[in-house]
Amino acid sequence: MTVSGTPAITETAISQAADAAIAAFSAATTVAELRLARAAHAGEQSPLAQFNASLKSVAPEDRATAGKLVGQGRARVAEALSAREAELAVAEENARLAAEAVDVTAVPSRWRTGSRHPLSLLMEHMGDVFVAMGWEVAEGPELENEWFNFDSLNMDEDHPARSEQDTFFIDPVDAHLVLRTQTSPVQIRSLLTRELPLYVVSPGKVFRKDELDATHTPVFHQIEGIAIDRGLTMANLRGTLEHLARAMFGEEAQIRLRPNYFPFTEPSAEMDVWQPNAKGGARWVEWGGCGMVNRNVLRAAGIDPDEYQGFAFGMGIERTLQFRNDMNDMRDMVEGDIRFSQQFGMVV
Amino acid sequence: MRVPISWLREFVAIPEDVTFEQVHAALVKVGFEEEDVHSFDVTGPVVVGKVLEFTPEPQSNGKTINWVQVDVGEDAPRGIVCGAHNFAVGDKVVVSLPGAVLPGPFPIAARKTYGHVSDGMMASARELGLGDEHDGILLLKNLGLDPEVGADAIPLLGIDDFAVEINVTPDRGYAFSIRGVAREYAHSTGAAFRDPADAVTPSDAHGFSVTVADEAPIRGNIGVSVFMARAVRGIDPTRPTPAWMVSRLTLAGIRSISLVVDISNYVMLELGQPNHTYDLDKLRGGFTIRRAKAGEKFETLDGQVRTLSPEDLLIDDESGPVGLAGVMGGASTEISDSTTNVLVEAANWDPVTIARTARRHKLWSEAARRYERGVDPKVPAVGVARVVQLLEELGGGTGDDLGIVLDNSVPPSAIELPDGYVTSLIGAEFSADEVTDSLQEIGTTVVASDSGWTVTPPTWRPDLTDRATLAEEVARIVGYDRIPSVLPVAPPGRGLTREQRLRRLASSSLAAGGLTEVLAYPFLAQASNDQFGSPETGGVAAMKIANPLDPDAAWLRTSLLPGLIAIARRNLSRGLTDLSLYEVGTVFRPVAGHTYGSGPLPAGDQRPSAEVLEGLRASIPPQPWHVGALFLGDAVTKQPGQPSVSHGLSDALGAAQHLATVLASPITITTGSHQAMHPGRTAELRSGDRVIGYAGELLPSLAADLDLPRVVAVLELDLDALIALSITEVTPSPILGLPAATQDLSLVVSSTVSAGDVLALLVEGAGELLEKVTLVDDYRGAGVPDGSKSLTFALRFRAADRTLTQAEATEAKNAAVAVAAARVGAILRE
Repeated sequence: MTVSGTPAITETAISQAADAAIAAFSAATTVAELRLARAAHAGEQSPLAQFNASLKSVAPEDRATAGKLVGQGRARVAEALSAREAELAVAEENARLAAEAVDVTAVPSRWRTGSRHPLSLLMEHMGDVFVAMGWEVAEGPELENEWFNFDSLNMDEDHPARSEQDTFFIDPVDAHLVLRTQTSPVQIRSLLTRELPLYVVSPGKVFRKDELDATHTPVFHQIEGIAIDRGLTMANLRGTLEHLARAMFGEEAQIRLRPNYFPFTEPSAEMDVWQPNAKGGARWVEWGGCGMVNRNVLRAAGIDPDEYQGFAFGMGIERTLQFRNDMNDMRDMVEGDIRFSQQFGMVV
Repeated sequence: MRVPISWLREFVAIPEDVTFEQVHAALVKVGFEEEDVHSFDVTGPVVVGKVLEFTPEPQSNGKTINWVQVDVGEDAPRGIVCGAHNFAVGDKVVVSLPGAVLPGPFPIAARKTYGHVSDGMMASARELGLGDEHDGILLLKNLGLDPEVGADAIPLLGIDDFAVEINVTPDRGYAFSIRGVAREYAHSTGAAFRDPADAVTPSDAHGFSVTVADEAPIRGNIGVSVFMARAVRGIDPTRPTPAWMVSRLTLAGIRSISLVVDISNYVMLELGQPNHTYDLDKLRGGFTIRRAKAGEKFETLDGQVRTLSPEDLLIDDESGPVGLAGVMGGASTEISDSTTNVLVEAANWDPVTIARTARRHKLWSEAARRYERGVDPKVPAVGVARVVQLLEELGGGTGDDLGIVLDNSVPPSAIELPDGYVTSLIGAEFSADEVTDSLQEIGTTVVASDSGWTVTPPTWRPDLTDRATLAEEVARIVGYDRIPSVLPVAPPGRGLTREQRLRRLASSSLAAGGLTEVLAYPFLAQASNDQFGSPETGGVAAMKIANPLDPDAAWLRTSLLPGLIAIARRNLSRGLTDLSLYEVGTVFRPVAGHTYGSGPLPAGDQRPSAEVLEGLRASIPPQPWHVGALFLGDAVTKQPGQPSVSHGLSDALGAAQHLATVLASPITITTGSHQAMHPGRTAELRSGDRVIGYAGELLPSLAADLDLPRVVAVLELDLDALIALSITEVTPSPILGLPAATQDLSLVVSSTVSAGDVLALLVEGAGELLEKVTLVDDYRGAGVPDGSKSLTFALRFRAADRTLTQAEATEAKNAAVAVAAARVGAILRE
């Protein structure tokens, strides 16, 4: 049972061929070496392939036995090959991963980090506290007619408070246009157009003729609120302010009211906030002005002050940011130095 | 208002050891914010000395000093070097001994000077903080003092006193006086109050003629309602102002001038009643009170010649004007250092007249500040009587019968205060007794009525005009601490408006995209508006500030870019060279040729008619929200394995496209031109046919003029217009799941044809199978004719109902190419 050139299919011969193949696979240390070993021991010219080819010349009565021997041998070789292939693949991948390692502290970034201005964020944050209570946010023009900025707010042209506000007038002065000195004109515009009951806040930019220094800026921001309903009281004013204070400074925050004067409110109060989280210890801080909307202001909007009453309040955003975030110099807020805003990211 | 404590104590009980803080706290409680504190800051030993002898000693520097022997009540005299020469042997002087500290602080020590050991210092008034007098040392006889040698000079001079300074709100004119503050201190602390107005008795002097001839009352109010005067004769002009008065005036912030003037000021501070003293011998006949003639000239006693308005109120004697009523007296009848006979005058002037005059002439005298806020009309008579009393006591004069009593003042109107109103406004319970007691405490007359009380305010409280003002008084006197905290429940709200939400989103998405938000001032030079506010030269309409802080920045911005540029320059100057900035803000865009503003304003006490309101609303220019952005330096900095990427047009356009995508606002980008931008690197951002913004690189020459790098990319968009474009209800196309077929193609077109146009033609030609097309390359060079470029596009095709074959995709591609070929002569590059 021999075919020319091919040894006889014996158990020993098959076993030797298979052993030689497995040894060659094991000796291969790279995928390329393994490929060579595979060609030599599992390819078409390999001994086992030749044994396989010689099966057709084996006597029919021996063919089953011989076939089984060859098949077992080839199976052993195939198994060993795939095992070695897997091993080497893992090793190569591991080597590649090792080679790909970088210093994560020196990886370049193509992301750019921007930031909102903290004054904008704070204004939005304060507005959101009110929106969550069902209030709405009203806006109005920064260049305003004097009637909305003063006259309708119980400050006629001879009112002492009117000359105390360092107003920017638009040329010509007798056109009665000003840069609004407060966001209160938005309140009167709301009173004139919205239905009662009314609960609105008006954040925005305001203007006073002060030179820029550590505590003044001619352009700054306020948020004012007004609520007009049946039966609103100064206790509701205090409750509203206290709610805002707690949202901003923590549950321990409180509001203290002190008598003061504003033309558009009567009674009027200066409000202090107990800031429990202040650096250097909890403290009272002057925060803004407030009061019950003056009966004359309601009349200017055509509202019967005997039927409706309400409260109004306002505070400076710059001042709030200043004491909330322990900042000494207001100039940092207005100069636009990117190092300032970038400390806040997109939260305040 | 500065309030010396010793003075306050004359009218209200204050503990001897009271501190600044306690007085301030008491006044804050009733509504007077603290402003400051004032004291002399002198610590002893500062004693009375007597000059025993002195020797003038000429010095090599040309000065002559005196070597003085001074008795300070010790066993032996002290030797003191003194540069002043205004004293004589026997004069009593103020000596600060070693260890004393004078204001400055200026510590006194024995020191060697001019060859002597000077064992202390003889002090001038200024060195003691008692005024500006520094021509010589303070001689106690000049203050009318002859104290024991060695006595402590500090209490003697009143320089142990201190003052608190409070802010007086415009409604509380009465608190511009010791009288008013003492009353408020009593309200706050419950201490006993004695009204200084009750301490003197007005006279009924008569015979001085006063004619009120106000022919142009403002708002129907005659310029004067009360006018009181009385003559005082025989004043000794050599009498000094006593030390206690000097120290009180000094603490109150008023300089001591002469006895007569000092008394006048003293009474104004004490009672809140401005008053004037005329040199009686310089007056000619009686007074006429009238409005000035337009252009009339008048010299006030500060030496200024003022041109008057027909609204100014004048006091004439028979020779002409002698006073600008309620604001300042005239130079011609001013008290001099030889005046012996005076006419003391106190009046009640119309607050509006006085305020307008003060504002017009920028003459906010102490008198004008008080009249503007309203002065108690019952106090002029008391004021005159108090001045006369002090002139008699301190000046040796005698009040005589000549004078006038004219009182046309209107008594305060009564206010109905319904029972329960105070509680319903304040939200805290107040008993009927608390209401009436509080109101009586502040001086009102309270009479029970059917529904509550009828309350008549005192004459010094013109601010009490309606029930709310009374409610405030009750709450204030009882204390605002009574007010509880009750959160009201608002009706359900609608949240932010869509515009507000999208504006926030626009801002946040730019910040998230790597830009830093800035907030610039809106004040510009008009040249900046002309350059950036319009794409074409020739100027742009803008609003001007009449009273700007900086005359070079008197115009309101029509563009956000100048502000961004200024901020970029500031950052650059601080070494921050890679910038991507943005601002979301309003600009002021008047329509050219349109006049804004309104005529006389309607009264503020009632709702104007719809027509008037519409006029007021229309009186202001459009103020749209814009978004602006600026990029310079590197977008990506050089890093390991990462070359730097410079900012440029791509960033400005990218920001615009990013905003348009985020806001779901479709815009188109076309080649554009703008006077401030690079002619070849400017894009117009359009909504349909309307240009709503520009993106481009600054004109390099302009960037150079602004000390900016050559490449500065900018973007400005009308954010209101962009938000208006936002698709409110997106109807999404169905997402198709069948396989796509992709094709790339390169087209050679003339360099003058924009890629965007070619892309649009491909879209048009490819038909509905085309899902997406992107430009992937723009090649010029070998293989492409001069003046042409090769544009490579990647196309992705997909059908809704079947897997596309390459043949179908190729057919669609060819259709697209055909359209591009037909319209712009595109040639397919194989």
